[in-house]
Amino acid sequence: MEPLISVKNLSKYFYISKNEVLKAVDDVSFDINEGETVGLVGESGCGKSTTGRCLVKLYNPTKGQIFYKGKDIFLARNKEEYLEYCKNTQMIFQNPYSSLNPRMTVKDIVGEGLKIHNKIYEKQLDEQIEDLLKTVGLNKEHMSRFPHEFSGGQRQRIGIARALSVNPNFIVCDEPISALDVSIQAQVLNMLKKLQKERKLTYLFIAHDLSVVKYISDKVIVMYLGMIVEQAKADELYMNPLHPYTKALLSAIPEADPNIAKNKDRIMLKGEIPSPINPKNCCRFAERCSYAMPICHNEMPKLKNYDISHKIACHLFNS
Amino acid sequence: MDKILEVKDLNFSFKTYGGIVKSVRGVSFDVNEGEIIGIVGESGCGKSVTAQCIVRLNPEPPGYFEGGSIKYKGKEITSMSDNEMRNIRGVEIGFIFQDPMTSLNPTMKVGKQIEELFVQRKIYSKQQLKEKAINILKLVGISDAERRYKQYPHELSGGMKQRVMIAIALVGNPSVIIADEPTTSLDVTIEAQILDLLKDLQKKLKTSVILITHDLGVIAKMCDRVLVMYGGKIVEKGLVDDIFYNTKHPYTSGLLCSIASLETSKEEELQPIEGTPPDLFSPPIGCPFAARCEYAMDICYKAMPPEYTITNEHATLCWLEHEFANHVVFPCKRILKEEA
Repeated sequence: MEPLISVKNLSKYFYISKNEVLKAVDDVSFDINEGETVGLVGESGCGKSTTGRCLVKLYNPTKGQIFYKGKDIFLARNKEEYLEYCKNTQMIFQNPYSSLNPRMTVKDIVGEGLKIHNKIYEKQLDEQIEDLLKTVGLNKEHMSRFPHEFSGGQRQRIGIARALSVNPNFIVCDEPISALDVSIQAQVLNMLKKLQKERKLTYLFIAHDLSVVKYISDKVIVMYLGMIVEQAKADELYMNPLHPYTKALLSAIPEADPNIAKNKDRIMLKGEIPSPINPKNCCRFAERCSYAMPICHNEMPKLKNYDISHKIACHLFNS
Repeated sequence: MDKILEVKDLNFSFKTYGGIVKSVRGVSFDVNEGEIIGIVGESGCGKSVTAQCIVRLNPEPPGYFEGGSIKYKGKEITSMSDNEMRNIRGVEIGFIFQDPMTSLNPTMKVGKQIEELFVQRKIYSKQQLKEKAINILKLVGISDAERRYKQYPHELSGGMKQRVMIAIALVGNPSVIIADEPTTSLDVTIEAQILDLLKDLQKKLKTSVILITHDLGVIAKMCDRVLVMYGGKIVEKGLVDDIFYNTKHPYTSGLLCSIASLETSKEEELQPIEGTPPDLFSPPIGCPFAARCEYAMDICYKAMPPEYTITNEHATLCWLEHEFANHVVFPCKRILKEEA
């Protein structure tokens, strides 16, 4: 089966000054199959949001290609091809308080994409927006209101309605629930799952909450400082994490159960995530890794297959 | 164990253009010496306001005390003058703020911010102050403390800044530390480091800690006792094990069920608490949770439930504990696991 999205050697650098390059994403490759949810996890500053933004063309990558159904998205020949891609890939943003234009009504926000992509009449537009609001659990009365009149959870629903409006088949969810309250998070998660089933959506789910990622994803990609360190099926990754960073990340999850929380063996990482500006050309985790060998400080490990669906970039697994 | 802090029937409101917001409505709890007590709840439930009442950091006006008392070592805090408060705030009761990125002064060197507490007091010489600041930086696990002493906040990472915040809270040798969401803006691996540091320091210095968070995982790991707040009230309080394994309030149970744990399988649907928290401009007459509660009875909408004591430490604010109410077993995963 041909993957829906195929990312090949994607890099995104930000040039800060003459001698400083911030390598936000560095040589990242992965595939996303149709109907699947891929989780992307890592600490802040590891490049997960940048990757997501490259996928919806909010950033132009420095190097590398992204293929959508076999076509390179950055080589769109004309406006139709470009719009076609935009229509099929949408994004749900992290912060519902800043990602909705405060001067637009809900109708304008949700209808904007509809107007651009489907040339439709005003009356039809109203009907369609009504339907969309209904799918995300809002109703008709909300149409003429402004974003500040809604709570965080409701705003995120508006954001989701906006993403769904053009009938995409691929959605990048950039930390869609991290700005919401605990009791609201589950509402939004359940809705995302339901929508996926109904509309056969494909998600790239970016998050730092590992329990949520495990719950929603089929495949999980772990990033560290702009690079993929491990990639596997969700269950496999959580049952059998191989990379020392993944192990530490998993052991740091705070469990909502006192007995487990108190008896859990934790792998404490020393130090903090280093700066992505001018990173060294070696394993980027080496400084914090307790298994680091001399080779780790000299050579960059490559992402290799451990078994069929499990990939890892670590010198420990090279032999 | 001695009670170090007694909060009784605390009411605190804010006057706004939209009307009066009753943020905290009759909150009572004690803090014992050397324990970690957790306050958990959603945003807007009044947990931060409660904590800031203790050190009188809420802006007055628009905020004002509507009633109740807060006693620190027997002394009443609500009626203290600003001068008296200055000897309590930071010295006797330390405060760690939520967002280290914005709560440190960007124009002041880190060392100076730690020393600031003593500037007015003139107990120590300059040299002694510096020594003290560097020692406290070492205590909170900042390597290369001499260099960090001279740096500005923007030169430090998020985790480092939070360590500096902890240092500032500790420098006066307080007997209570209030930590208001100390790890919410940090990454998981850094969060684990900071929580461990807090726990170590608490054990070493034998201070009491009031830990405010919305994360039940943090509560489970850190606390001895827990207060669950909702709509300006404490709806359930008890020892950690009571809260997690013998839940007696539908809101607590709802929270526990709505979070995805590592054991949740993909086929399972999460059980969210439907609806949204109540509007505190005009809080409901009855139980604040009634509108979202699946077990709500008629009485719940009409009258505020009294506090039912279950054990010495464990109490809940719910009509379901009334002798006429149906007996309800909450679908709480944590209970099942322990029995197994």
